[in-house]
Amino acid sequence: MSLPRTDNSVLGRWWWTVDRWSVAALFLLSLVGAVLVMAASPSVADQKGFGSFHFVHRHLATLGPALILMIGVSLLSPVGIRRFACGVFVVGIFFMFWVLANGVDINGARRWISFAGLSMQPSELVKPSFVVVTAWLLARPRKQGEPRGSALSIGLLIIVLALLVAQPDFGMAFVVGAVWFSQHFIAGMPAYALTVAIVAGVVGLVAGYFSLSHVQSRIDRFLDPDTGDRYQIDTALNAFANGGLLGRGPGEGVVKDFLPDAHADFIFAVAGEEFGLICCLAIICLFGFVVLRGIARLLENEDFFVLVSGGGLIFLFGLQAFVNLAVSLDLIPTKGMTLPFVSYGGSSMIALALGMGMLLALTRRHRQKWQEP
Amino acid sequence: MKKFGRRRGDPQCVPGQNGHSSAQVRLHGAHKSSIEIVRRRLLLGAGLFTVAFFVLSMRLVEVALFNEVRPSNAVNEEVETRDGPARADITDRNGVILATSLATRSLYADPQDVRSSASAAARLAEVLPEIDLKTVMARLSSDKRFVWLKRHLTPRQVAAVNALGEPGFRFLEEQRRVYPHGSLVVHAVGYAKLDNRGLSGLERTYDKRLLSHPNKPLTLSIDLRFQHVMHEELARAILLHHPVGAVGIILDIASGGLRAIVSLPDFNPNESGSVDQDVLFNRATLGTYEMGSTFKVFTTAMALDTGVATLQDGFDVSEPLRLARHVIRDFHGEGRWLSVPEIFIHSSNIGAAKMALAVGGDIQREFLARLGLLDRSQIELPEIAAPRYPKQWKDINTATIGFGHGIAVSPVQLCAGIASLINGGFWRSPTLLVENEKLNPAERVVSRVTSRAMRQLLRLAVTHGTGQNAEVAGYRVGGKTGTAEKVGPKGYDRSRVLSSFVGVFPISAPRYLVFVMLDEPKGAPATHGYVTGGWTAAPVVGRVIARIGPMSGIAPAVEGTAKDEFSTTVVKLDGDEIRLAAY
Repeated sequence: MSLPRTDNSVLGRWWWTVDRWSVAALFLLSLVGAVLVMAASPSVADQKGFGSFHFVHRHLATLGPALILMIGVSLLSPVGIRRFACGVFVVGIFFMFWVLANGVDINGARRWISFAGLSMQPSELVKPSFVVVTAWLLARPRKQGEPRGSALSIGLLIIVLALLVAQPDFGMAFVVGAVWFSQHFIAGMPAYALTVAIVAGVVGLVAGYFSLSHVQSRIDRFLDPDTGDRYQIDTALNAFANGGLLGRGPGEGVVKDFLPDAHADFIFAVAGEEFGLICCLAIICLFGFVVLRGIARLLENEDFFVLVSGGGLIFLFGLQAFVNLAVSLDLIPTKGMTLPFVSYGGSSMIALALGMGMLLALTRRHRQKWQEP
Repeated sequence: MKKFGRRRGDPQCVPGQNGHSSAQVRLHGAHKSSIEIVRRRLLLGAGLFTVAFFVLSMRLVEVALFNEVRPSNAVNEEVETRDGPARADITDRNGVILATSLATRSLYADPQDVRSSASAAARLAEVLPEIDLKTVMARLSSDKRFVWLKRHLTPRQVAAVNALGEPGFRFLEEQRRVYPHGSLVVHAVGYAKLDNRGLSGLERTYDKRLLSHPNKPLTLSIDLRFQHVMHEELARAILLHHPVGAVGIILDIASGGLRAIVSLPDFNPNESGSVDQDVLFNRATLGTYEMGSTFKVFTTAMALDTGVATLQDGFDVSEPLRLARHVIRDFHGEGRWLSVPEIFIHSSNIGAAKMALAVGGDIQREFLARLGLLDRSQIELPEIAAPRYPKQWKDINTATIGFGHGIAVSPVQLCAGIASLINGGFWRSPTLLVENEKLNPAERVVSRVTSRAMRQLLRLAVTHGTGQNAEVAGYRVGGKTGTAEKVGPKGYDRSRVLSSFVGVFPISAPRYLVFVMLDEPKGAPATHGYVTGGWTAAPVVGRVIARIGPMSGIAPAVEGTAKDEFSTTVVKLDGDEIRLAAY
């Protein structure tokens, strides 16, 4: 693309200020994801009785709009991001209330709304926008007669967590809580508050272990492999061993025939079996690059709001990638989470595009000059 | 909803101030330092992520390159049957295969891929006429993805089914247990069914070993040639006497290894379908019987070994023996004083009872325990019964046990006990495996002298007593008959007897013990209607010895040389004094 640096159009300014390396890495991840979904999903689709390319078509149909959405959001200024995120957050919260009343019950959880033939989880909209809203509340200057920003953000967190637990969606609640905590940590949370938060988190996890039987059984199975059905995890581990260094070759894997979530949560195992260790290391490096590059770009920035919101968005992205990869590799107990930009999964893809679009907007260089001449 | 209103209102009132405030932040010193904290903590986050992704990479390398593939413990029918384990072969002592596993193919269908269940079932019935059309049709029209149609097809049947061209019909490789000799060794080997698990016999005892070491065959002490001879001769006896059951055992006297073990009726383990309890019953180990006169071998050996009696002593059997309310009589009483050899060869109940009483109940009990007759046999089969005997060992019990009543043991126990009295005095547990035979610990139970005297008496019972039908020219058979009345609804029943004969050959250096037992034999013209052990079981033992003697490489002895070969003992016999060769 040849854009003169003097081009003052919206796209011209975007091109010269946005972090093009991160954009390239995210597009590369999407490409890898598209290839892997093509490899993994036909056999899953066959098992579920859809047409072979059912998931491929849907994935590509979501991926395009998601990437366009990401670029579109990244065109916004930090102020625009804040306004946009507030709007999305309000809409998301509204629909989270709405699904509790009218949602589609799938496997005992009410998370989805059906819209124009696509099902959507409103909580996925809340996830990235809540990060920005939290950062804004923390960055707000103290004023007489108004509650502190951190107190307000605690209140919002309680509302969001309550809505998520009501669905119930404990995994998402854990992620939202962890990201919220990371933001408060970045924003300079004092040591006593840090201790209280960590204790609260541990108590929450222990309470979850004892009160939720499925959480308990997952953790037990992780700690003692002989107690229960570790079919998925063992199959995934065998897939990596099967693939070895160079993989068995595209389409030569068998793990996708046995894993019901081969195209989503366990797509990394498919990559390991068909494309091998080197390709998997490259995928991990891509994720690492996006995270570290994002932080590096943030460090150039001076704005408190940008640092805290950007840090939260990166943490959200990195945490989700880490949990997915660590589950596939049997490092942590099973938790269903998609691999960002790689896994099949419509609404999670939209949420990630939204989040990364916001991050790209926040890490644009010399932004202040354009905004405050 | 109050909070909602406030949140929605906020963005509109704040933005103007925000740019202003961030300009302030950069000027203000305190804010400057708070930005530094944020930066440091972001760097810390970057460090944590670096470590996390590094750990992921290392774990990935470990899993992909150095991980052993962990077997999945998920159970689903298809995987389980496809991976049906191979079992090790079972062979006889000469390596002849008694049980082996064959790879076969089993037909199943994915009903979702079957175009028309009715026509598919009809066409399948044409090539596999034995299937049930209705069942197959019902299975093919189910909404499952996996239904069995027929297990273990022959290659010809597989080809025929493939030729049907039905895409829904598929095959699974399976293992099938095959017994090349059918029913011949079934009670020792046992059988394993469709799921490859041993259900009886050694297949059950060594189920785990056969599965976990599929390339290490299990070698039995059985000699298939001996087994075959015994099986055939027993089958002939059954045709002649129509007993309800029959047992035949050949035991290697020196090692305790069983060379043949037959229990009739039996069954063909290759045939599918459930097995009837009666044919599954191993009479040789799971059945316990009041053996009758063969027990007199124990009583006599006990009396001789304890020194209570010698071959020259005797007992008065002229009067029936009265003990409390019981009367013990002889079948064909001699009605006079009998020497110990006479008591033995004429099988006098009164004499045996008096001998046992002379020894005493406590010693008798201890003696029988030493011969392994009061405990469950240690043979390697799962089908073992415990012997039955009175808890209170009174005088009447001592007397009746002296001639084999009031105690029930399994045939294999009896054989091991008798073998220990004639092999020089060492008891060994009977065994079915060559490996156990080799390191079978021996325990001395009687002296050499007693053992030698027992050989003389057993030989005498064949030459001069009730066992004459067991004699085989050249093989110097020794033996003892047993005819026990069975217990009916009203006490002992004269018409239902258990006839047996325990033979040993060659008596000069005994190698094998041959035992035959017929349960409720019927009289036949050839035996003049007699059902006693001497008339029914002894001839079978004779025929078996005549056939296995040459196989075992024992050279027949020239008749009439015995007295010159061996020193002799003089005993009183029926008014004469005869010289008994001391073998």
